[in-house]
Order: sequence, then C-alpha cells, then structure tokens
Amino acid sequence: MNTTPEYFVWPARLLHWLMAVLVLAMLFIGAGMVSTVDAKHDWLLAIHKPLGIGILLLVIVRIIVRLRHRPPALPADLPAPMKLAARASHWLLYALLLAMPLIGWAMLSAGGYPVMLGSSVRLPAILPFNPLLFAWLREAHRYLAYLLFLTFLAHLGAALYHGLIRRDSVLPSMLRGEPRSAPNAAIVPEEHAE
Amino acid sequence: MTDPSLPAAPLGKSALLGRWLAIGATVSLTALAFAYVGGWLSPQRLSPMRLVDALQQNSGLYPGYRRNHAKGVCVAGYFEGNGAASRYSTAGVFAAVRTPVVGRLAIPGGNPYAPDGSVPIRSMALRFALANGQQWRTGMNSMPVFVVATPQSFYEQTVASRPDPATGKPDPAKVGAFFASHPETAPFLAWVKTAKPSASFATERYDGLNAFVFVDAAGHRQPVRWRMLPEAQDTTAATNPGDADFLAADLQKRLAAAPLRWHLQVILAAPGDPTNDATKAWPVDRTTLDAGTLVLQSTEPQDSGACRDINYDPLVLPAGIVASDDPLLPARSAAYADSYLRRTSEEAGLPGTHAAASATAKPQEATQ
Repeated sequence: MNTTPEYFVWPARLLHWLMAVLVLAMLFIGAGMVSTVDAKHDWLLAIHKPLGIGILLLVIVRIIVRLRHRPPALPADLPAPMKLAARASHWLLYALLLAMPLIGWAMLSAGGYPVMLGSSVRLPAILPFNPLLFAWLREAHRYLAYLLFLTFLAHLGAALYHGLIRRDSVLPSMLRGEPRSAPNAAIVPEEHAE
Repeated sequence: MTDPSLPAAPLGKSALLGRWLAIGATVSLTALAFAYVGGWLSPQRLSPMRLVDALQQNSGLYPGYRRNHAKGVCVAGYFEGNGAASRYSTAGVFAAVRTPVVGRLAIPGGNPYAPDGSVPIRSMALRFALANGQQWRTGMNSMPVFVVATPQSFYEQTVASRPDPATGKPDPAKVGAFFASHPETAPFLAWVKTAKPSASFATERYDGLNAFVFVDAAGHRQPVRWRMLPEAQDTTAATNPGDADFLAADLQKRLAAAPLRWHLQVILAAPGDPTNDATKAWPVDRTTLDAGTLVLQSTEPQDSGACRDINYDPLVLPAGIVASDDPLLPARSAAYADSYLRRTSEEAGLPGTHAAASATAKPQEATQ
C-alpha cells in the first residue's frame, strides 16, 4: 500500500466537489451582500454565517482526509515550477478555507456582535470585544476573500489546462475513482487499507 | 473522457487554440460574474458605501465618529419587562426581568459639534444584553413618521440637501424639488413644520418608526412598531440657542438628581396596516401594550463611553423579534455596518484612513 494512488479517495472527491459549490456560493454571497442596501443584504447575511461555519467543519474533515490519504502524484513530466505552483496553491487554498470562517467569527466577536447562526442559535465569542481588532479582522476578511477568489480562478484555470491542454492524469484523478475497466480494483485498494 | 493511461493524440493548432480560448473564457466569465455581483460593474447601484459617502460628503469627514447622528452621549441603565409583550414574543427581554442596557442619545447629522438647537429631532439607540447572550439593538427618533419610505429616496434626499459650498446651506430649490417629487414625505413635512428643538433628551418620545414582527411560542407572527414614552413631562423648547451643548448638560443635571424613565410601548398592527412604509403612521386606535420600563441611570461622553464602539444595527434582534418587509431596515443595517467599519478603522489607524482624533486632542468646540 505504499504505492502512490492514481486517484483521490472517494471522501476526498466528495468533499472537493461539495466544497467547490459551497465556497464559490459563499464568495458570491459575500460579495453580493456587502454591495447592496436592499433586502438581499439581510437574507444573504443570514445564509453567509451558518454556511461559513458549515465550511469550517467540512474543511477540518477535509484536512484530516488529506493527511490520512496520500493524494495522487503530479505527472512526472510536469515542469518543476508548475509542480511548485500546484503544491503552494493547494496549501494556500486549505489555509484560506480554514482562515476565512475563523476570521469571520473572530471579527463578529471583536465587534461585540452576538454570533447568530439563525434566529436563536448563538455561537460563543472567540475574541474579547475590541473594536480596533474588529477593524483589522474585517479588512482581512475582505482582502483574503479576494485572494481566495483569485486562487480559485487559478485553480479552475489550471484544472482546465490539465484536462484540455495537457490531457494528463490530474483532472481524472478528481473526477472519478478507479477506472471502469477494473471494477473489482475499486473495492480493494486504498479505501480498505486503513 | 480519455483514458489517462493512453497517450493522448496530439491536438491540431486550431483545436489547441479553441481549447485555450475556452479556458480563458471560463475563467474570465467567472471573474466577470463576481465583479457584477460585487457591484464593481454597476456604480449606479445604491451600495452601503455610496449611501455613507453621501452622508459624509454633506457633513464633512470627522474621523472616528458615526457618519450620521454623530453628536451624542452614552447612557446606561436597564430595562424591566412586565410580561405584557410575552404573549406576542418569546424574547426574554419582555418577561418580568431586568435586562442591562447601554444606549446613546443623539441628534441627527454627521457633524459631532453641531449645535443642539440646529435640528428639532433627537434620537435614542439602545442595546439590550439578554440573559441568554442574545441582543436586541434598536435606534429610535423623536418624530412620528420617517421622512421617506425607501433607501433610494433617502439617498436622493441626502444628495438634494447637500450644503452649497458658496453658502454653506442646502440649496432651497433642490430641497424643494426633492420634496415636490416625493409626496410620501407629506406627513413628515406636516409634523416638522411645528416641531421645535427640545431642551432635553429626557422629555422626548422616541419612535422606532420601522415595523418589526413579534413571534410567539407557537410561531404566530404579529407585526408591531415600538416607541419609548417618557415619564418626564416638563417639555420645553430649547431656550438657550447660544449654548451648543445644552442637551448633555441637561441630561447630566437630571441624572444627578434621579434616574430617567421611559415606557416601552408596543403598537400591534391590525391586518392591512403598512409594515413596509415608515412614512405612514398607523391609526391611533391600535392596541398598544406597555411592555416595561426603561430606566437610565448614568451618562458618559461618547468619546470614552461604552456606547462609542457599539453599532446600533436595527437588525441585531433576539429570537422572538424578526424584521418586517420595511426596505429601510436592511439599508440601515448595511449602512451602519459600513459606518462602523469606517470609524473603527480610523480608531485603529488602518492604512488609508484618517486617524481618529484622540481624546486629548479634540477640536476646540468639543471641550466647551
């Protein structure tokens, strides 16, 4: 079981695609809600907070899955700078996905707001009331969201480059499990290795 | 899907170009959609920033201060519910308990040094800290109706009443044109014609103006408005226009003698009463509950008081109270958040902001 797998394990693929939808929705909800004064502001904000906590929980599970299951190797013929960019951008994505909900939660705590995830569910404050800290965190939340969106665009572009131009093993490794030509193989290898 | 184990057939030049274009288009369109949603492609959209910019442009920039109702004082005390509203709302604040309150009494406008006699309106903002950790924040004004019904009209009014740089006063022609084209302002104009700046915060009735919805334990929804009715009845008009800061002095004098009390009146809407139009008063015969007593015991200057860094966002609500369909509510919430970010950024000295004046280096007027 020491051989590097060709595909991501199914929990990793499930988390990837689920979170792709949620995080992209989150970025659009966030950008939209702060740009309008009409009723959208209110209901988008009401989605933004519980969804952010949902993403926080998912990213924790995802990091555990990532650490326990070795991901497929990058293609051997991929130039070194591209390999470096791929690895760095993935860890940047993990870091931002973890940081953004925590900063949002910390920022509301520092601003003295009750952190409400609905009309009656309230999370405890994770920072003491401190308006100066609020201002720094609020701006960090904004600029890191821009960075997250740009990193997402790079990720999207790179995935399409692998899938359409290089046509290598990268995109299939996240799109599907073991090849259909070897149906029995899917039952045996890394999932059951644990 | 091609089998990755097989070498892919090389792509022709035009096929390769087409694929690069498809990638470029996908990434660009995603970026464009994000820019559209974020408002960068539609500068005409009424964003919270645009609304607060308009307020700031009218009054000038006073770093560290609220962008509206900039002049005020902090107050503190408690609210004692009596259970009368508990039939309609599950919010714990309405039970027969004491809930601590940090509030702010203020006058409208963006100038924190404006003379108290310059406007006939006073405001009361309150933050109730409920025992379960939830909060209720509300901002009320001493007028029976709001001047406009929508954020867009509020913005237009703000632009129309911008001081003319030559005279320092709004252009009467522009103000007149605004009101002429906004007939919904008639009830406010009728009231303001006879309104006089009061000599005290203590004798004012503060109306919530926006409608909200109370939700009871069974989930039944009752639209309401609320107001604070003063016990102090010695209403006098401001008599000393020479003194710019008589409201704070009057408040201090009264609180040194005794706490000040208001009754929270909750007005229950009848079916058909407008909840989305703060320019329209509800008929006076609507059932009105006395839901409890607000007791204010102390006051502090806003520069150092507990209210300074509170955003009195009217959509910070406890379970049992929810927003109505009043379009002013999300706009207030969004604009207050922007104002709060601006002033806390100035306090924190964030790059690109004007540092807030420290408590020891205030302009002359503030120390009078």
